[in-house]
Amino acid sequence: GAGHPASCSGDSACRLVQAVLSSRGEANAVFDVLAALQSEDQEEVQEAVRACSRLFGALLERGELYVGQLPSEDTVMAGSQGAMRKYKVWMRHRYCSCCNRLGELLAHPAFQVKELALGTLMKFLQLEGTHPLEQPKWEGHYLFPRTLFRAVVRGLVSPAEDHSLLLSQFREYLEFDDIRYHTMQAASDAVAQVTNQQPEPSIIFWNNAFTLLSAMSLPRQEHDLSNFYVKHAELSDKWKVTHLREHRRAFQAMWLSFLKHKLPLSLYKKVLLVMHDSILPHLAQPTLMIDFLTSACDVGGAISLLALNGLFILIHKHNLEYPDFYRKLYGLLDPSVFHVKYRARFFHLADLFLSSSHLPAYLVAAFAKRLARLALTAPPEALLMVLPFICNLLRRHPACHVLVHRPQCPEMDSDPYDPEEEDPAKSRALESCLWELQSLQQHYHPEVSRAASVINQVLSVTEVSIAPLLELSAYEVFEQDLKRKGPEPVPLEFIPAQGLLGRRDDLCAQFFTLS
Amino acid sequence: MGKARLAAARRQAPRAPLGGRGGAAKANPNPFEVKINRQKFQILGRKTRHDVGLPGVARARAIRKRTQTLLKEYKERDKSNIFTDKRFGEYNSNISPEEKMMKRFALEQQRHHEKKSIYNLNEDEELTHYGQSLADIEKHNDIVDSDSDDEERGTLSAELTAAHFGGGVGLLHKKISQQEGKEEAKPKSRKELIEELIVKSKQEKRERQAKREDALELTEKLDQDWKEIQTLLSHKTPKSEKQEKKEKPKPDAYDIMVRELGFEMKAQPSNRMKTEEELAKEEQERLRKLEAERLRRMLGKEEDESMKNPNHTSADDLNDGFVLDKDDRRLLSYKDGKMNVEEDVHKELSGKAGIQGSDEEEGEEESDEEEAEGERGDPDSHSDLDSNAESEEESGKPPRAQGQTPGKRLRSDDQNTQKAARTELPYTFAAPESYEELRSALSGRSMEEQLLVVERIQKCNHPSLAVGNKEKLEKLFGFLLEYIGDLATNDPPDLKVIDKLVVQLYNLCQMFPESASNSIKFVLRDAMHEMEEMIETKGRAVFPGLDVLIYLKIAGMLFPTSDFRHPVVTPALVCLSQLLTKCPVLSLQDVVKGLFVCCLFLEFVALSHRFVPEVINFLLGILYIATPNTQSQGSTLVHPFRALGKNSELLLVSEAEDVATWQRGSLPLRWASGPSSPTAAEATHARLSCLAVCLALLKHCVLMYGTLPSFHAIIRPFRALLTEHLTRCSHPHELQELFQSTLAEVESQKQLYRPLLCEKSKPVPLKLFTPRLVKVLEFGRKQGGSKEEQERKRLIHKHKREFKGAVREIRKDNQFLARMQLSEIMERDAERKRRVKQLFNSLATQEGEWKALKRKKFKK
Repeated sequence: GAGHPASCSGDSACRLVQAVLSSRGEANAVFDVLAALQSEDQEEVQEAVRACSRLFGALLERGELYVGQLPSEDTVMAGSQGAMRKYKVWMRHRYCSCCNRLGELLAHPAFQVKELALGTLMKFLQLEGTHPLEQPKWEGHYLFPRTLFRAVVRGLVSPAEDHSLLLSQFREYLEFDDIRYHTMQAASDAVAQVTNQQPEPSIIFWNNAFTLLSAMSLPRQEHDLSNFYVKHAELSDKWKVTHLREHRRAFQAMWLSFLKHKLPLSLYKKVLLVMHDSILPHLAQPTLMIDFLTSACDVGGAISLLALNGLFILIHKHNLEYPDFYRKLYGLLDPSVFHVKYRARFFHLADLFLSSSHLPAYLVAAFAKRLARLALTAPPEALLMVLPFICNLLRRHPACHVLVHRPQCPEMDSDPYDPEEEDPAKSRALESCLWELQSLQQHYHPEVSRAASVINQVLSVTEVSIAPLLELSAYEVFEQDLKRKGPEPVPLEFIPAQGLLGRRDDLCAQFFTLS
Repeated sequence: MGKARLAAARRQAPRAPLGGRGGAAKANPNPFEVKINRQKFQILGRKTRHDVGLPGVARARAIRKRTQTLLKEYKERDKSNIFTDKRFGEYNSNISPEEKMMKRFALEQQRHHEKKSIYNLNEDEELTHYGQSLADIEKHNDIVDSDSDDEERGTLSAELTAAHFGGGVGLLHKKISQQEGKEEAKPKSRKELIEELIVKSKQEKRERQAKREDALELTEKLDQDWKEIQTLLSHKTPKSEKQEKKEKPKPDAYDIMVRELGFEMKAQPSNRMKTEEELAKEEQERLRKLEAERLRRMLGKEEDESMKNPNHTSADDLNDGFVLDKDDRRLLSYKDGKMNVEEDVHKELSGKAGIQGSDEEEGEEESDEEEAEGERGDPDSHSDLDSNAESEEESGKPPRAQGQTPGKRLRSDDQNTQKAARTELPYTFAAPESYEELRSALSGRSMEEQLLVVERIQKCNHPSLAVGNKEKLEKLFGFLLEYIGDLATNDPPDLKVIDKLVVQLYNLCQMFPESASNSIKFVLRDAMHEMEEMIETKGRAVFPGLDVLIYLKIAGMLFPTSDFRHPVVTPALVCLSQLLTKCPVLSLQDVVKGLFVCCLFLEFVALSHRFVPEVINFLLGILYIATPNTQSQGSTLVHPFRALGKNSELLLVSEAEDVATWQRGSLPLRWASGPSSPTAAEATHARLSCLAVCLALLKHCVLMYGTLPSFHAIIRPFRALLTEHLTRCSHPHELQELFQSTLAEVESQKQLYRPLLCEKSKPVPLKLFTPRLVKVLEFGRKQGGSKEEQERKRLIHKHKREFKGAVREIRKDNQFLARMQLSEIMERDAERKRRVKQLFNSLATQEGEWKALKRKKFKK
């Protein structure tokens, strides 16, 4: 409503607003307010924004802005229409320039200004929604100030500045169904616009966009979408915004328009991390993600690893035919797999992928052999997980028991398994044995040695659950070892110490000197 | 007792006829009363209990029982007052009469005691024998004896005389009266003589009695006096005893000397008895045993079995590093407290000598002597200085240490050494209570002095010297460890001191394995925690300081690294693994540290030949960063090494002239500690040295893991790298040779792949469809299902039988009662009839009389 003079902090702006609102004759004072918006001084700008908010808020409520297709200012001024119409058109033009300026202020260096600008814009949005500035074309026509909102979203995903704080503010508005729906539309537009303008947008833009996009969360169940920011007297069933299906469609369009671009690697990881959980379930047609996921799968390393999850959901739930899936998975197994951050996730997935008992024996054997090979370079915490993993594979597939039990077979000169072969079918793993596990029985850590010794006996039928072992860290292993009750008393070294480096023939004494 | 016997007799009395009757019935059953239940069939295995019965006897017994119980009850049914016998155990047949009497007596005494002598604290209860106070008996023992003896003697003598003079008193009198008339003239008649005798004896007796009474009086007086004093003394007696005890272990110097000399004389030959060979043999035997123990632990087969440490075999071990030896003079040492201490030191020393290896026996002996000196305070050595130093108070050490080392203060006559003493170290040191104390004691001293201080702290606080010393020395271990850590973090690190302190640590650890292991665990946890935190916050760790590496090294020296599982070594291994996997190599310093860690790792597994993937990975990484980057080999690299990017050519050597001047040598540990800014040539030399060490370690690995079944799979990534190194001829000649020999070593490890075989497990038995076997039950037993079911049936059956029995009993009771009532009624009726008859009789007589009278009247 109309601002109270008492709440005005800046006297001049206050007076100007009062003057404009009280008499139309003083309308030219608007220019002074708008000029203050351009000021360098942060305080002044803030006051101006507040003044604008009050001024145009009041004008919008009073309906003193021109409604309909806005004619250009000159033609109206030159024309001979009524003074009222001229005033309204003129004021509407001032309002437009104010909104433009506020949109620019979203990129202001000071966060308070940004926040204030966003708040003001959203207030205008609400008021404009209830007092639309365009004529409804038919009865019950759904009107939303799309142009204004598009400007807001464009400001939010600006390629110039990191807006993560502002976006977290904006997240509050995304609770409203209509805002969310229109944000999805506006975001895809904004992304398209920016990428059209510059073929290689900055990482800041991608981060902003991703923050905005990932903040979107659709309701899982179809229910009454009636939580609207712009209040309507009654909601019509014909409006697209009231249907979850439309929301999903918009959601899908937004993500597809985002993902079709070449993303930076870090963003790839972020997207893939949330893919299975917050993107795929909300898409109207999840299969459209196939291209993205397969291309991610081909990137290699951690990204392929993460892409597997989404891919598996598509294969599992949406009947995707993906012939080279296991080959890809096999290709992903390299020494670094035990050291990457996503180790737990990867092995959880691998366990899931290999849980089917209908997999061919050669494939499972190849996986077992490959993992055993890699285990030769793994740290103890990973070994404690991967050894039961291999044993579980053997348990699931009795045909692979030959890997640990091959009676009546002559000694071999070399291992028939070919570690370089990319195709598990040709790796000849089934002709080999898990000598690696036998070697690991000599591992220095007692638990690892014990886990590897399982293959000496006939494997038990029940599988060992690896879920609690997935997240095992070296620190936990260390703590466990420390807490374990040892024999009483502690065994001691009986060869007396002679010095820091030990005896002459000790390794340390051979290669290091104290001086 | 008399009472008890009486009561027993009373008990016996009614029992006797009862037993007699029972015995008679058993022995001679009336054949007419015996009822034989005829068996129709003879069945094997059936126990018959009711084949013969005595119905008459049984009925009589039942009736008797009923008359005693039921009838009594019946008769008393309307009476409210009951007679109860409250004597203890009167109705309890479980207690034997003797016991019963005892308990009754005890109760009585108790009651008596409670009531009367509540406030009588001093006096004990009076013990009696045949109703007489024991105290009285004791008191008058000899007197009574003499008295009775006297009296007996007196009577006897009288009798004797009487007998001599012709029989008893009566006879005597008769004879006397007979002889009276005949022998009156005689001057001294027999009677006179006798009377004289009697008078004499009576007089004697009187005198004796008087004397006795006097004595009695005196003794009584004495007793009273004594009692008075006793009350005073009674409190102090235990104390005086204690004092005696305390004083006891304080024999005078001469005694000590004599004993000492005696023991030494005895001890020496027994020590010398063993020849060098014998000693060597013993030592060898001991080492062999220890080695066997170590092997057993290494294999970890009986891991869960309770292990016995050979160092501490005794259950009475005080855990003070004392080992039982074949030294029998110890038995003597326990006679004397003081000597005990001295002997303990002896034992301790010999034990220590036993612990330590044969190869440094000389040194040990020296130290033994030194220690012995320190302990005994030989006059010509430190002890006098010690007292001087103490008197000077120049060290500011608390004089408490004095008290802790008895036998230290001896004569101080050497005046000229006093001066030297002022500059020298004090000889007694209190054990440090905090790390700061230790630090202040050690800081600013030379290496030798520091060692001496630590040594003396240990000696002054030997656990055998005082009670709290064990804890103090246990703490000392932790402080020393901390001190070593500080020394290692110094710039430059004080490695020489650490080198010597390690020996002290080893000795302390041998004494207190528990606390030592806890301290080591603590520092390891600290280091790991720090690293974990860094990984959490920064995403990666950096190589820790030299102190952590040295702690790890020390852990490996104090504890057996070859054990399958060890409470300290296993965590230390995990810690080493973390260092090699989590810390990226960013500088030459890191390379040195990493190589040291590899070295440690390989040393830890040197005996057990266990496989360490981390070392292989790290060595591979080191070799990789010494080559120019190529895409092909990066794939096999493992974290923390990267195929490309910064530090991926860290060890690459380019300057040819520096290469030429390089000489192979050991890596100094100080390179690992502080940031140094070497010249380009030095850096190149360092790189080449690192590479050489890396290759040497790799060679070691190859030799050690050559027998592993998948050796070639493990070593495969190295081949390409080694050949690449070989093709580049920029390396110095020595290094080239090393490369070649390593590669040759790898090639020479031929291996046959033996297919894996599971151990044969018990064959799973085939499923056989045999019929279910049910136990064939005997006749008469209740058949049916499970054990519980059978038990249930048995109980039901028992209940039924008991129920029936109870019903029968009740029925019989009722019959008995009815019979009794009937007989009562009959009796009453008979009485009434009798009375009625009587009445009728009297009436009839009256009537008759009256009629007779009437008739008379009529007649008249």
